[in-house]
Amino acid sequence: MSGESTYNPSNGFTKWMDSRLPILRLAHDSFIDYPTPKNLNYWWTFGGILTFCLVTQIITGIILAMHYTPHVDFAFNSVEHIMRNVNYGWLIRYIHANGASMFFLAVYIHIFRGLYYGSYKAPREVLWILGVIIYLLMMAAAFLGYVLPWGQMSLWGATVITNLFGAIPLIGENVAIWLWGGYSIDNPTLNRFFSLHYLIPFLIFGVVILHIWALHVPGNNNPVGISVKGKQDTVPFHPYYTVKDGFALTVFIILFAYFIFFAPNVLGHADNYIQANPLVTPAHIVPEWYLLPFYAILRAVPDKLGGVALMFGAILILFLLPWLDTSKVRSARYRPLFRQFYALLVLDCLLLGYLGAQPAEGIYIVLARIGTVYYFAHFLVVLPVLGIVEKPKAVPESISEPVLGAQPAE
Amino acid sequence: MMRFGIKAGLAAAIMAVGLSAAVSAPANAAGDAKHPAEMNWQFDGLFGTYDRNALRRGFQVYKEVCASCHSLNQIAFRNLSQEGGPEFSEAEVKAIAKEYLVEDGPDDYGDMFERDALPRDKFPSPYPNENAARAANGGAYPPDLSLITKARGGGADYIHALLSGYEEAPEGVEMRAGLYYNPYMAGGKIAMPVPLLEELVEYSDGTEATVEQMSMDVTHFLNWTAEPELEQRKRMGFMVLIYLSIFAGLMFFSMRKIWADLH
Repeated sequence: MSGESTYNPSNGFTKWMDSRLPILRLAHDSFIDYPTPKNLNYWWTFGGILTFCLVTQIITGIILAMHYTPHVDFAFNSVEHIMRNVNYGWLIRYIHANGASMFFLAVYIHIFRGLYYGSYKAPREVLWILGVIIYLLMMAAAFLGYVLPWGQMSLWGATVITNLFGAIPLIGENVAIWLWGGYSIDNPTLNRFFSLHYLIPFLIFGVVILHIWALHVPGNNNPVGISVKGKQDTVPFHPYYTVKDGFALTVFIILFAYFIFFAPNVLGHADNYIQANPLVTPAHIVPEWYLLPFYAILRAVPDKLGGVALMFGAILILFLLPWLDTSKVRSARYRPLFRQFYALLVLDCLLLGYLGAQPAEGIYIVLARIGTVYYFAHFLVVLPVLGIVEKPKAVPESISEPVLGAQPAE
Repeated sequence: MMRFGIKAGLAAAIMAVGLSAAVSAPANAAGDAKHPAEMNWQFDGLFGTYDRNALRRGFQVYKEVCASCHSLNQIAFRNLSQEGGPEFSEAEVKAIAKEYLVEDGPDDYGDMFERDALPRDKFPSPYPNENAARAANGGAYPPDLSLITKARGGGADYIHALLSGYEEAPEGVEMRAGLYYNPYMAGGKIAMPVPLLEELVEYSDGTEATVEQMSMDVTHFLNWTAEPELEQRKRMGFMVLIYLSIFAGLMFFSMRKIWADLH
């Protein structure tokens, strides 16, 4: 990690332990004395919030799995059994279901913070790529989890998504059959989705450890985007950021609690309280809100294979972002043009999210096409060109002297 | 820096609520149907509770009207005496259960037999299976009502509007035999005949059984069958919010104190 270890084992046991498995030293250097830029704002608290979300989902999920039955004839009723007969089962399930939404809300803020302050640029490319992998795994886990209650949207959402694989040329049909474990979505599908839904959070946990490791080697980025120059620029993680993250987390949990206790179903779809029925197709099949922008991109393309390619491309393009952005300046604070295009990207993603919930017809399709074109143009055209044509504002000398940024720093 | 930070945090929270509201609302809109009127339910809001008398009257409407076609699969008789529900006494629940016959068995000779229902039994379905239900209802399948207010966009408002909102079919709308006109149903046509007529039930508490009254009462009851935990949930939620607010305040001032020496 950056800097020397300051860990000082204080008693016999910790000294004995330190020369065998220095895990306490690792914890001390990573979460207590870890030097952190002193100018981090609240947008930087979402890393801690996301860790909380992951742990919450794993704990509530393990308890739900004790009472849930992954079988097409029993799954729906076993969820109602949890809601009605298991002690505080309604609380655990509502935490888990709304927890998924909160997890995505936090991850979107976290991602857009990284986009704004250029946290993906050297030397943090690997950190960023690991983050995109976590995001992909999160989407897989969320999709698989949504199938488990075996309501109408579970079944039909799964039908839409697995049919996407059928669009792959030549082998598509066989891939779909392989995924289903049969010729349609049925009990084998539900069983394997449950198994994979239980597995993926632990994969996420593993990648999160790598993500934190890759963070602690170069250290945090910060709102001015310039590297730490020395001790005067940093504070120890504890107590400065434990208390700041703690405060932000508490405020976040208030919002979380509001949804759990007072609006537990507004983020879900009413049709998922109807047991899955392969003979009745719902009027509108819509995914959960956090997948809507991708759904809009999928349906914006008239060709099925093209739609699938663009939808996955919309995520895969993020892997290339560190090399697509040619500007050497990290923080958008000093990039006047980039700031405007950034705002456009945020609006574009919100627009695509809105369009993903509308029927794929008329003006909605036209707008979705415009939105899709801008999304890709932002990464493939705007970012590479901006780095060349944009004249950034003067960047301050150091984190401790951001005031001097007003003067040109030659 | 601190002040800017709070503004950012607030912006994040507002964005969160706005985003979820904007995105979930259109997804739940119900096609071309007439929008149900927003009713003032006692179970709405931060301190919502069920009205025991409305739940009991609503149960009577379910039992005497709806139950002839609609099942209530998730509900056991014992639930009627649970806290936060109609709260019948255990003796009353036993008496209610006794009015029903359920199949049990096999007995020692391998035969199935019928017996009086007990509090632990679930409400028996009016039809032995879906095919029988469809055959008796001109091909339509009366849905199970346990979760109905959660399973329809518009929730309790929609159920109430549907039950009390039947109209003459407007001119030009062709109605096939066995279908009835209801503007709140997507498409306007519903296979359920007008379920509620004035004075259809005789309320034991003397309340006048108007269509509006019965519709409100049975919807109240069905909201309880869908969300029997509602009272406990809202009570706990209020305490959780108070606790978290105090805790957030403590965290905020701790943070101010810890960061103070840095400026």
